[in-house]
Amino acid sequence: MLNIKNLHVQLEDEDKQILKGVDLTVEAGKVHAIMGPNGSGKSTLSYVLSGKGGYEVTDGSATLDGESLLELEAEERAAAGLFLAFQYPVEIPGVGNMTFLRTAVNAQRKARGEDEMSAAEFLKEVRATAKSLKIDADMLKRPVNVGFSGGEKKRNEILQMAMLSPKMCILDETDSGLDVDAMKLVAEGVNALRDENRGFLVITHYQRLLDHIKPDVVHIMANGRIIKSGGPELALEVENNGYADILAEVE
Amino acid sequence: MALPELKKTATEARLNAMELPEGGCLVDARRAALSRVQTMGLPNRRDEYWKYTRPDTLTQDTAPTAAVFKHDEAPIFGEFDCLKIVFVDGVYDAEASDDFELEGVQISRLSEIDAKDIHWTKDLYGVLEARGQDPVQRPLAALNTAFANDGVAIWVTGKPSKPINLVYNHNSDSSDAMLHHVIRVDAGAEATVLENGPAAARFNKCIEVDIADGGALHMVCAQGRDHERRAATHMFARLRKESVFKSFTLTVNGVLTRNETVVELLGDDAVVHVAGACVGDGDFHHDDTVFITHEGENCESRQVFKKVLRNGATGVFQGKILVKDTAQKTDGYQISQALMLDDDSQFLAKPELEIYADDVACSHGSTSGAIDEEALFYLQSRGVPLNEATDLLTLAFLAEAVDEIGDQDVAETIVSRLENWLIRRH
Repeated sequence: MLNIKNLHVQLEDEDKQILKGVDLTVEAGKVHAIMGPNGSGKSTLSYVLSGKGGYEVTDGSATLDGESLLELEAEERAAAGLFLAFQYPVEIPGVGNMTFLRTAVNAQRKARGEDEMSAAEFLKEVRATAKSLKIDADMLKRPVNVGFSGGEKKRNEILQMAMLSPKMCILDETDSGLDVDAMKLVAEGVNALRDENRGFLVITHYQRLLDHIKPDVVHIMANGRIIKSGGPELALEVENNGYADILAEVE
Repeated sequence: MALPELKKTATEARLNAMELPEGGCLVDARRAALSRVQTMGLPNRRDEYWKYTRPDTLTQDTAPTAAVFKHDEAPIFGEFDCLKIVFVDGVYDAEASDDFELEGVQISRLSEIDAKDIHWTKDLYGVLEARGQDPVQRPLAALNTAFANDGVAIWVTGKPSKPINLVYNHNSDSSDAMLHHVIRVDAGAEATVLENGPAAARFNKCIEVDIADGGALHMVCAQGRDHERRAATHMFARLRKESVFKSFTLTVNGVLTRNETVVELLGDDAVVHVAGACVGDGDFHHDDTVFITHEGENCESRQVFKKVLRNGATGVFQGKILVKDTAQKTDGYQISQALMLDDDSQFLAKPELEIYADDVACSHGSTSGAIDEEALFYLQSRGVPLNEATDLLTLAFLAEAVDEIGDQDVAETIVSRLENWLIRRH
């Protein structure tokens, strides 16, 4: 599904290499987790994959179901089935959450040559999905993320993910700023979307989230590379011993 | 003080090219206004109040030509049930207009007020304009009072069942039009006036509004889509106790627009909201100049102006709130913001507060900026194409001004016109 090969990325404005040869494959139906110390390039990887400006790919490739992502605009990547749940969801005053969601759903459908969703159909689906994430009607009417609590913002990300029904979901530190209950709720939302056709890449600092979203594979990222991969036990090792041992082992 | 020679000569040249309408009960008001123009002189680029907008083309004796812009959009308020009064290049068009029959309102053309003996007009015509000349001079408004040859007197006595729609059609490339309307709203009466159209190659419009205790007037104006037209408009409003005045102006295109609004809150507990949204690119200069005087206690004033500028367009805002020492408990708000869709445009803002009362809440803000890149990426990452995402954020930026329109249907019409403007530029 998602194939990243030898990906090298530097900042556009300064000569600073952030990713130094990332190799990673996420298969359909699997959940991969990436852990790693601050500044290792985890968030950059998620931004580069989803098409944020300000980065320059100097080498390597990234494909989704064989289609190269790196030449596509951000909106084309979304239509191709890629979704990024933001670490810091952006507030958009003046744009209603519902309008935003409907515009996004229909823009993707249009890009894929599908019929737009009718207002009634959309409303029915968004209400049902929102209910399962304990998102009340008021949150749907308010401007996108404006005045939302940390937990509400993250639940809103999961709502978007559910409505857009992507093939490949990247979750960038979705657990940051969440209390235990909110994290459970978000994890339940993610787990409900797990199926054999969908891949997940979960970026996190803590093992805690992985108790709720059980990964198939755990990768450790440091200094712009994946330095070690393993099963869920790798996350526990990090939780207990920190990164020092792994870093030393690799060196 | 004598006028500088240059200004005196320019003013005389303009006045010599014009003829004061003869006779009628407004003749004294016209003569007084003419003398005000002679005393003040027409504005020139050295005047402080015209620092950001060059008045030359508005004051020169012949109007610069402006091509009539043909497009296939229907008249903006055409779908609403209104009493329609049409002017073509500043001249009343009886055939295109409805009868002036509507319960709760009496309407007459300025030219008829002698025959119909409508004395109240005399107490208003040129009166608020003259009051509005202090502390800042507005010679183009006085020029209008003196020479405007058409317009309507609207006396709102009740609550008319539908809006009055003043339509300003532009038919001649060289038309130079002046219209002057007076609107009197009786105690407890309420009406809506919708205005639309580019009016002429050069348009000088003056409206005087007098609202009695508890009266309300809602005005929404759309200044047409002509690219080359020029307009200088003045709105003078006087508000008595517990009265409400709300005005919103949409400006799309136009090479030069100066909209001045002058409001006196004389009675206690009165409310005024003045708002505007403009979108322009290229050879587009748009100036909102507002002066609100709080005299009564516990009054509320809001100024909300939003400008979307691209490709070398210029936006100007000069807004003042003057709170006199009698105006305790004043609640004043003023915001002017420009959204630059590229690096070539400019926004010039001069927000002013002058406060003499000590128990007052006044806030003001002015910003200019680009589209929020983070928000843009967020939308794109959800599959919304760049153009559509930009439009969504631009309309969101304009929303605070459009929200000032009370009528939902009118507001939606305005939004759809703004949206069309944006889509045409994809």
